[in-house]
Amino acid sequence: MPRYDRAITVFSPDGHLFQVEYAMEAVKKGASAVAVRGTDAVVLAVEKKQASKLQDSRTVKKICKVDDHVCLASAGLMADARVLVNKARLEAQSHRLNYEDPVSVEYIARYIAHTQQVYTQSGGRRPFGVRTLIGGFDQDGTPRLFQTDPAGTYSAWKANATGRNAKTVVEYLEKHYSEIKEMTETEAVKLAIRALLEVVESGSKHIEVCVMTKAGSRFMGDEELEKLSKEIEKIKEAEKEQGKKDLQ
Amino acid sequence: KRRRLTMADILLGVTGKDYVLLAADRSAARSIIVFKNDEDKILELDSHKLMATSGPQGDRTNFGEYIQRNLQLYNLANSVPLSTHGAANFARRELAEALRRSPWQVNSLIAGFDKKGPSLYYMDYMASMHKVDKAAHGYGAYFTLSVMDRYCVKDMSLEEGLSVLKKCIHELQTRFLLKCNSFILKVVDKDGTRIIDMDGNTVEPPKPKTFNKSDDSDSKADE
Repeated sequence: MPRYDRAITVFSPDGHLFQVEYAMEAVKKGASAVAVRGTDAVVLAVEKKQASKLQDSRTVKKICKVDDHVCLASAGLMADARVLVNKARLEAQSHRLNYEDPVSVEYIARYIAHTQQVYTQSGGRRPFGVRTLIGGFDQDGTPRLFQTDPAGTYSAWKANATGRNAKTVVEYLEKHYSEIKEMTETEAVKLAIRALLEVVESGSKHIEVCVMTKAGSRFMGDEELEKLSKEIEKIKEAEKEQGKKDLQ
Repeated sequence: KRRRLTMADILLGVTGKDYVLLAADRSAARSIIVFKNDEDKILELDSHKLMATSGPQGDRTNFGEYIQRNLQLYNLANSVPLSTHGAANFARRELAEALRRSPWQVNSLIAGFDKKGPSLYYMDYMASMHKVDKAAHGYGAYFTLSVMDRYCVKDMSLEEGLSVLKKCIHELQTRFLLKCNSFILKVVDKDGTRIIDMDGNTVEPPKPKTFNKSDDSDSKADE
């Protein structure tokens, strides 16, 4: 087996591309990211990992604006993510220049996925160790959420999570997404934070939230986030109590 | 036949206390033919920058849109908009580098409002650039620069600036051979860019022509 993980252009005898799989391992080590698509909003929430007290965490941006109507959150190697975001931003403006129209979310997700795939097939380069969650609005006002991974695949999602403990977060989303009758902006934000708080400490110091609507994108301020976190903590307490009662 | 930069496009610009006012004529014409009379030659580069361009339409629109898109990319990639000075220099460099290869035949006026206040940059197709208080391109310059010199004062209000521009336009309509009936006036100040009429009132941006049956008011008349 070890002989087949040197150059990524080589398949292993049982059909694996080990470098791609190792890249996915790198993603699993990254800080968690969650995304929820509502009826009129798309919410991206990420875990803010503070490397040290000396670091100014405001300069560590895990959610990046690709264009006025598209935002990208990622988990994995942040340097790789930066390169992908720069390519995506260039492509978004290039598209506007050539077609006089903004990109659709699917177009830019496809572009990023294509870029990631190219790096799994050409020799001498390693795959991007990044899984991205791309949220935004198409020109007709439909909200969209896509995910790309190091293999270069992409697909649309109602809600998804990536990074550390993604499994727990996704399970939470699967359980609670359909419970919510109308996924308005407020409901989507609450669900995203609830899901993220399953694996992350509460408080504005530890999470960053970006809310996208037809009008554009905005990052939630610290105060708003603190208030919401406290509200959600109460909901979670109630959930835990309910869980205990159910067991009894 | 190589496309030639004619001097017939009229571009005017004046800086005031806290705004910059740009005016451009609205005809798109080459040789003896007028293509349209509602051309908008002033591009919004971003929320607080305007660029008025003159020249053959291909170069004019291509160069303008290229600068516009690169400024948008800069804004997105750096989360901070470029200053007017930066934007003007960027455009100038693009002109300069293309000059000895395949020159852009575009004269322009770049106006913007940033932390340093209002500023106006005069740029010509050979990539010369000057920061100025008042400017004009083409044949129109021969008629209007003297009017501006006479009536412009430092720290003008918007009304005063508009009155100077009115005098310039009147001069053109009286003495310039080519008919210039309509102008598009755009102003940039701390609140951003907007289109205004001769009296300073904000005007709705001209609606682009669409070809959907539901949008076209003409077809409604037929029904």
